[in-house]
Amino acid sequence: MFKLWTKLTGVAATAMLVIPELVLAAGEKASLLVIVADTRKLSGWEAWFANLYNESHIYFTIVTVIAIPIIGVLLGLLADLVMSRIGIDLKSRELSEH
Amino acid sequence: MDWLYVLMPISGVTIFWPGLVILGIGVGIIGGFFGMGGAWMVTPGLNILGFPMAFAIGTDIAHMAGKSLISTMRHGKFGNVDYRLGVIMIVGTVAGFEIGAQMIMWLERIGKVDMIVRWMYVILLILIAWMVFADVAKKRKMEKELKAKGQDVDKLATGIEWHKTFHKLKIPPMIHFKAAGFTCSAWLPIFISFVTGWLAGILGIGGGLIRMPALIYFIGCPTHIAVGTDLFEVAISGLYGAGTYTFKGRTELVAAVIMLCGAAMGAQVGTVATKYIKGYGIRIAFGIAVVGCCISVIMKLIPKYIDGTQVVMDIASTTLILGLVAALSLYILIKMIQGAKQEVAAKKGRA
Repeated sequence: MFKLWTKLTGVAATAMLVIPELVLAAGEKASLLVIVADTRKLSGWEAWFANLYNESHIYFTIVTVIAIPIIGVLLGLLADLVMSRIGIDLKSRELSEH
Repeated sequence: MDWLYVLMPISGVTIFWPGLVILGIGVGIIGGFFGMGGAWMVTPGLNILGFPMAFAIGTDIAHMAGKSLISTMRHGKFGNVDYRLGVIMIVGTVAGFEIGAQMIMWLERIGKVDMIVRWMYVILLILIAWMVFADVAKKRKMEKELKAKGQDVDKLATGIEWHKTFHKLKIPPMIHFKAAGFTCSAWLPIFISFVTGWLAGILGIGGGLIRMPALIYFIGCPTHIAVGTDLFEVAISGLYGAGTYTFKGRTELVAAVIMLCGAAMGAQVGTVATKYIKGYGIRIAFGIAVVGCCISVIMKLIPKYIDGTQVVMDIASTTLILGLVAALSLYILIKMIQGAKQEVAAKKGRA
């Protein structure tokens, strides 16, 4: 059973790394576009961000892929905190179909 | 009123940011409640806000990954996520998706398949809606019969029980799924996720809309577990999708983060609402969402047959989807507030 799990986890991890575009909801396929962000009117973090995009899509992707889950978790924890103030039990529920 | 608009540094357009937050709340609520990414609802909303199409899908997927992660965290605390089942299903989903996507590219090379794919989507949505409402009708009939006999109905009883037949297949390895509460051959979730992944690949959709009912009707997950486990899959695959689209220069991270601010709260509301709405409540609302999605796809098909209806149908389809998002979000929000009020009152009563 342990071997099966090791294999399944390995296949899943590899698949996640090599299979692209799993969540393409109802849209056209993405093709490589040459879009250049106009940095002339930007300053501060916006200029840095747009420059990062223009200079390297790889770095921009790394920043996005790291930022999204971190921001998601932080906002989730914050929303959790707000929710817990209501005074309801947030750790259990009754599993019932009707 | 300039402060209500924010400049998107990559695409260079200014967007009404409260619109992004509201859209995030709406799809956050629905996603957390139904266990799906809900991109078919987001893209028309982003278009209305003036978002360039080139960035709409990537931005949507990036926000979807974060939103699904938030919902998965909350569902996980409730015990609604079967991680073992989720990991096994990723294997089948990925393999099926890739074969489906390759197949559609091959079909495109030999002829125009766009219309066939769209009609396939319509038929699939009709089948899902039929499955949901047939199940509800069967369960109601069963309830009536048992009540007439003076017997109690089991709280986990369901109408359609195809999964019981599939669970009889004892092909090793047999695996017990603790959170979902059943034991079956590992090949069952692998096969079902392969088929749903294949369909998603052919149709060019995320697949939450297909996977959620498949988890219920073919694999036998209780509704709440199906919702939580599906979100776990969406969170993982969504992050990969975000990476792919961003690498192709199609993501506006600022917009995704703004949407995520609303979605964080919406996802909490949608997830907590599942605590107060029983499984069949979720199934019925899901069936309504599927019907709405189906009508919107048909509306997009009409201009292909009747000239001069493109603009009208585009407006009607967008109005329908956004109206559906608003109505369902409001319903879920009200149910969540009512449930929370009752729980707090009961707590005070006991104290």
